[in-house]
Parts: sequence; structure tokens; C-alpha cells
Amino acid sequence: MHAYANPTRFLGVVRPLAPWLFWTGVALILGGCAAGLFLAPADYLQGDSFRILYVHVPAAWLGMAGWSSIAVSGVAQIVWRHPLAGVAARAVAVPGALFTAICLATGSIWGRPTWGTWWQWDGRMTSMLVLLFLYLGYIALASASAKSGEQGGVSRVTAIYGIVGAVNIPIIKGSVVWWNSLHQAPSITLTGSAIAPSMLWPLGLTVIGFTLWFAAIVILQMRAILATNRIEARLRRMARG
Amino acid sequence: MNPWPFVIAAYGLTLVGAAAVSIWSWRAALGAERRADSLRRERD
Repeated sequence: MHAYANPTRFLGVVRPLAPWLFWTGVALILGGCAAGLFLAPADYLQGDSFRILYVHVPAAWLGMAGWSSIAVSGVAQIVWRHPLAGVAARAVAVPGALFTAICLATGSIWGRPTWGTWWQWDGRMTSMLVLLFLYLGYIALASASAKSGEQGGVSRVTAIYGIVGAVNIPIIKGSVVWWNSLHQAPSITLTGSAIAPSMLWPLGLTVIGFTLWFAAIVILQMRAILATNRIEARLRRMARG
Repeated sequence: MNPWPFVIAAYGLTLVGAAAVSIWSWRAALGAERRADSLRRERD
């Protein structure tokens, strides 16, 4: 892991990867969305409104995976003092927050024709809303610590906040099993899927596509943070003469 | 209730959000790297 602690070496590896991840991700997203809209059969109960699944599930996945990676980066920062861990966590925060918001919005849009309501204060929706608030708090803390000279990364307090906030991830996952909820129970588990294969394969495309695309976005954000860090370091050196 | 306006709204929101964050990220990365390079050349 420390082999890539040097930003120059890290960028040398990931810079050529970003366009491949980005465009492969975009192709899979568009293919998956087209298949979900036009090829997958309508659901016997929900009709065509179930097609929202193909954007809602990847958004939920990115929101939760984003926070999980913030927590792992926090551990890497505190335990191993990895210099790029804080930069990676900062890079994930804004796209992760955006996709948590998109998950909430698409879920709400799906809920209106399916449940007859835009919103319900049940475990799944409330814990997902808490995740969005955690992201907003993290962005504010990370932004403040970056301004106070953390070399482009985040402060120790921000890293601890990221680790503690991860307690919400198993709550989101378990909420539909632990409490009564309008939200359906998990359709895909480690033991199999309750979704018909003809409806499942476009979901595989969009989940993989959004994951590759998200990885490219995180690399781009890290490149921006590291370049800004170089600019600030150079300006400080110039100011000192 | 016709579900298609809801489906289109959900897809539109997601794809517009993804496009916006894509443009922002590419511009942020390329812009910051260009500024860093020009500053380095200025210094050298």
C-alpha cells in the first residue's frame, strides 16, 4: 500500500486508467439504462415503474460504498499514516453525497406511483437521509481541515468522523429486515437473487458501469486536489523567496 | 397512474447529476494540473 504513497508514482499509475474507467463506465451505464428501459419486461405487480430500479440501486450502492471507502481511508490515515488516504477520502465525499441525494430522490419518485406517497419516515429512508447529512458534515469538516494546512488531505478529527459515521452503513442495510418498512426486503443476497434473470442483467450493467465511472471520478478529484496542493506549496515557496 | 413520467424523471435526474459531476471533475483536474504546470514553468 505504501508503494503508492508517493503522489507522483500514484498519478503515474492511475492517470492513464481514468479515461478507460470513465468511458467503459459510461458505455455500460448507457447500455444498461437502454436495456432497462426498452428490453427488460415490465414487472407483473409494479408495471413499468420498476424500471427506476436500474438507476436507484446503483445510486444507493455508490452512496454506501462511498462512505465505506471514506471509513477505510480514515483507518489507513490514522493507523498507517498513509499520505494519500485523506486525499482519497476528500475525493469521494462530493460524488458520494450527490449519489446519496440521487438515491433518495429516485426512491421518492419511485415511491409515488408504487406506494402512493413520496416519503415515509421508515428505517431505510431515514437512515439513508442520515447518510446524506453525514456526507454534508464530512464535506464541511474536510473543507475546513484542507484550508488549515493538511497537505490536501483531511484532519485526524475528520478521519475519525468518517470512521464513526460508518456505523450507519449496517443500519441502512439491516433496516428493511429489522423494522417494518414500506421498502421491500433485499432482492439480491449472497445466496441468490429474487429478480428474474431477464430483469437482472441490465442491473448488472448499470451497477458495474456506475462503479467504474465513480472510480474515474474519484481519480479525477484526487488529481485536482494533488495539483492544487502542488500550486499552494509552490506559491508558499515563492512567497518565502 | 401513468408511470412513465416518474421513470423519465428518475433517469433524467440521475444522468444529469452524473454528467454534471463528470464535467466538474474533468475541468477541476485538467484546470488545476494546467495551473500547476504553468507555475512550474514560470518558476523554472
